Amino acid sequence: MSLAVVKPKQPEQTEPAKVVALQMKPKRDFKRTARRLGVYLASNLLPPLVCATLLLLLWQIVFGRAGATLPSPVQVWKEAQDLIVDPFFVNGPQDIGLGLRVWTSLQRVAIGFGLAAFVGILVGATVGQSIWAMRGLDPIFQILRTVPPLAWLPISLAAFRDSSPSAIFVIFITSIWPILINTAVGVRNIPQDYRNVAEVLRLNTFEFFWKIMLPSAAPYIFTGLRIGIGLAWLAIVAAEMLTGGVGIGFFIWDAWNSSRLPDIVVALFYIGIVGFVLDRIVGALGSLASRGTSAN
Amino acid sequence: MSGYLKLDHINKTFRRGAAETEVLRDINLTIDKGEIVSIIGHSGCGKSTLLNLIAGLTSVTAGAVLLEEREVNAPGPERAVVFQNHSLLPWLTVYDNVALAVNKVFGSTKSRSERRDWIMHNLDLVQMSHARDKRPSEISGGMKQRVGIARALAIEPKILLLDEPFGALDALTRAHLQDSVMQIHASLKNTMIMITHDVDEAVLLSDRIVMMTNGPSATIGEVLDVRLERPRKRLDLVADRDYIAAREAVLKFLYERHRFVEAA
Repeated sequence: MSLAVVKPKQPEQTEPAKVVALQMKPKRDFKRTARRLGVYLASNLLPPLVCATLLLLLWQIVFGRAGATLPSPVQVWKEAQDLIVDPFFVNGPQDIGLGLRVWTSLQRVAIGFGLAAFVGILVGATVGQSIWAMRGLDPIFQILRTVPPLAWLPISLAAFRDSSPSAIFVIFITSIWPILINTAVGVRNIPQDYRNVAEVLRLNTFEFFWKIMLPSAAPYIFTGLRIGIGLAWLAIVAAEMLTGGVGIGFFIWDAWNSSRLPDIVVALFYIGIVGFVLDRIVGALGSLASRGTSAN
Repeated sequence: MSGYLKLDHINKTFRRGAAETEVLRDINLTIDKGEIVSIIGHSGCGKSTLLNLIAGLTSVTAGAVLLEEREVNAPGPERAVVFQNHSLLPWLTVYDNVALAVNKVFGSTKSRSERRDWIMHNLDLVQMSHARDKRPSEISGGMKQRVGIARALAIEPKILLLDEPFGALDALTRAHLQDSVMQIHASLKNTMIMITHDVDEAVLLSDRIVMMTNGPSATIGEVLDVRLERPRKRLDLVADRDYIAAREAVLKFLYERHRFVEAA
C-alpha cells in the first residue's frame, strides 16, 4: 500500500483580491409575511380605533342629555347624514357635498402653496448662499412669520379687490416663511465637502442648484414644506370664513349663521382628515426625496 | 526638465480679524510629469492647506502655483482631488457619482455611450463596477474611497491630488488600496501628489517624499528621493536595504529633528 502524499496547494501568483458583492436571498415566506401584517395592523390600527370609540362614547354621555348646548354623535349622525354618506352630491349652487367644497378649498391651497413653495425655495436658496443676506433678512422673516394669517386678509383684499385671489394670497404669505427659512438653513448647512466637489468640477450656478443644493438641503426643505402645508390649510379655512364662496371654510360660517351645528361638526372632521392626509403626503414625498441624504 | 507643476515661493497666511497666522512660508517645489510625490509631516503643519492651495480651493497669499507654466488660482478638473472623507454625494449611486463628474467634464466631447463606457471603465479600474447601483451608505469605507478615486481618475486630471486618502481606513483595506494606486499609476503614468502621515505608505508609493517642518510658518524641510524599482512589492520591500534606509530617514526627520512639540 502506498501512502499518497497530499501536497498543500501552492498559492498561485498573488493577484490583487477581487471585491465580490454579497448576494441577498430574495426568498420570502408568505405565511410569515401575512402574520407580520396582522400583527402590524393589530398593534397600529387597534389602539386608535379603541380610543376613538371611547371618546365618541364620552361625547355621547356628556352631550346626549336633554338641553345640551352642543350636538351629540347620535344627533350629528341623524341630522347631517347626507353630508357624511355622500360627499359629492350636487343639489344646487350652494347645496353641494362637503367633498366638493373641500376640493374647491384644495384648489386654492394648491395654487397658494405651490407659489409659496416655488418662491420660498428659490429665495431661501439665494438667502442661504450669502451670509449678509441671511443676517439682514432673517430678523425680518422671523417677524413676518409670526403675523397670523387673517391679519393679512384686509391688506390683500384692498390690494386685489376680489375674494378669491385674496384667499390665495393669504395662503401664500402664511406658508412661505417656514419654507423660506428652512431652505435657507438647509443651504447654509451644505457640507463644505460637497461644495469642494462642485468647485473642482466647476459646476455652474444652475448645476450646483439642481445637483448639489436641492438634494443636500432636501430634508430641511421638506420640513419647511410640511409646516407650510399645515399653515396653508389652517389659513384657507379662516380666509374662506370671511371671504365667502364655495369652500369648506365658508360652509362652516354659513352653517353657524343658520344654526346647523351638526353640519359644523361634520365639516370639522373633514378639515381634520384632509389636513392629516396633506401632512402625510408631504411627509412621504419628503422621505422619498431625501432618501439616502442623511445616511452617509 | 522644467517641471510639470511648480510651487514658486508660496506663502499662506490666514487672517481672522487682527490676528494673523502664517501657516506656510516659502514653499518651493517642482514636480515632474508621472511622478508620485508624498507630502508628510506632523498634524497641523499645513499639509492639507498646501494641497488645497494646489487644488485652488484656497488662494495663496504670496507666490504662485504653476501647472505647465501657467498660473492656477481656482479649482478645476485638471487637478482632481480625492478627499480624505471620500466626499461622495450620498443621494447618488456609485455610478451616478462618477457620472456627475464625467458628464460635466466630457459632456460635449464624448457621446452618451462613450461616457457610459468610460464610467464603467473607471469603476473597473478600482474594481467597483459590481456596486454601480449601490448608494455610498451601502458600501464600506474602503469601497467609498475606491469610488472617490474612480471619480477623480475619470475626469483625466493632469494631476491627481490625494488628501490622506487612506487615513480613515483599517490597515488591511489600506494595503489593498495602496496596491490599487500603484497598479493604476503603472498603467496610466499619472502625476500624483499625496498627503500622508504614514511613513510606510509614503516610502512604498512615492518617487519623492517631501518632509514638512512643524507649523506655524511650516516649510519644506527635506526632500527624499526614493530609489526603489517599480513595480514595488510590499513583501519584497520589507527586507530591502534601500527601503529600510528611506524609512529610517523619514522617521529620523519626523522624530529626531522635527519632533512634534505641542500636544496633538
